[in-house]
Amino acid sequence: MSQTLQETFSRLWTLDRDVLAIAWLSLRVSLTAVGIGLALGVPLGALIAVARFPGRGAVVGLLNTFMGLPPVIVGLILYLALSRSGPFGTFGLLFTPAAMVAAQAVLATPLVAALTRQVIADAEAHLGEQLRSLCLSAPQRAGVLIYDARFSLVTAALAAFGRAISEIGAVLVVGGNIDGHTRTMTTAISLETQKGDLSLALALGLVLMSLVLAVNAAAALLRGHVAKAYG
Amino acid sequence: MSAAPAIHLDGVSLTLGGRPILDRLDLDIATTGITALIGPNGAGKSVTLRVIDGLLRPDSGTVRLTPGRRAFVFQRPALVRASAAANVALGLVALKLPRRERAERVAAALARVGLSERAKDAATRFSGGEQQRLALARAWAMRPDLLLLDEPTASLDPAATETIESLITEMAQAGTTVLLVSHNLGQVARLADETVVLAAGRAVERGPTRSVLFSPRTNEARAYLTGELPWTSFAAAS
Repeated sequence: MSQTLQETFSRLWTLDRDVLAIAWLSLRVSLTAVGIGLALGVPLGALIAVARFPGRGAVVGLLNTFMGLPPVIVGLILYLALSRSGPFGTFGLLFTPAAMVAAQAVLATPLVAALTRQVIADAEAHLGEQLRSLCLSAPQRAGVLIYDARFSLVTAALAAFGRAISEIGAVLVVGGNIDGHTRTMTTAISLETQKGDLSLALALGLVLMSLVLAVNAAAALLRGHVAKAYG
Repeated sequence: MSAAPAIHLDGVSLTLGGRPILDRLDLDIATTGITALIGPNGAGKSVTLRVIDGLLRPDSGTVRLTPGRRAFVFQRPALVRASAAANVALGLVALKLPRRERAERVAAALARVGLSERAKDAATRFSGGEQQRLALARAWAMRPDLLLLDEPTASLDPAATETIESLITEMAQAGTTVLLVSHNLGQVARLADETVVLAAGRAVERGPTRSVLFSPRTNEARAYLTGELPWTSFAAAS
């Protein structure tokens, strides 16, 4: 046990190339997926919050359900879509980081959209009448409310990042856990634990937790700093 | 000056949450001057403003407005977490003005309410009086034909109230039709040319402000005014 810990810290101390490469890929994949999730989910959630249309309740219910999509199911569906005989097979994306980004984006988008819808609905309770009175269209109102609630939306981004960086099912299925190509921190931790290389698994685990902590701390600092100015 | 009413409500009824709010309301508001809408809580004053602005759709009856631009200032100023200038500019988005004219109008409106120095400051950090001045600046910048005011000085101190009142008067003198909902009967006496008394969703009395306030003809108006006039309460207390 003590030898494992010693090796773990030695790998961290010497910034083991494997650890760095895996951490960098994980971060790249998850941040890109969160970026896509924010680009799609924030406008979608805001529009659902401000627009009134038949079946809106059902859409909100569906969105909330999709927040809890099991990653491995998302992985399986994307696997079928990206496999050679699937509709997107010709792009040759299966077992590439792009496929992992797509899988995590599918997980992040409904989460961001559902949280955004709630945040924007709260903002709309305060500002909605005024914005409608100013004759702004639904997309314009959504835009203003997104801007108004931008500090609260950081929470949605963090939740999406947490979900993306920590999931294993989807990236394992569509990425294939290929060494040096599609191996992320979660898939590597799982594999190294099974192989018995506990020091690498632990080092990766520590890096993973530090990354999540660092991203959350940075977001909290940013939010606190900017919210101080705008209340 | 046109003789046609700026606002014409004919038999407007509206039920909200199972409660009848407006009950076959008939209302004509003149194209010039300031008209006050007074009445007890729950009489339907704020709802009437919202129906006129199109924020609420009546269950029955017709609402006809002289074509033109409307601006609505709410009791609680609804400001976005952005700079004061951005909040004023928000009122001009739908007008699709050229960028230069928009900037000029924003600057002029902020100058008019004495907030030029604070154009770049966060509006949500302003005091209550400053926020309401900003909300009025937004309306002022729109150069509306009809200005709807829902208790614009409720919870403001006398100095802030005076500033807001002078702005309202100035806008009315510039030709804007003003419809003011207020519980402050002193303010109604100072500002309004005409006053309409609402009770239980109907207009029970209307006329020149002094005559409505000091010699009400209907029982509903008299009951409301004797219970609400500040000098009546002072007389009762002394």
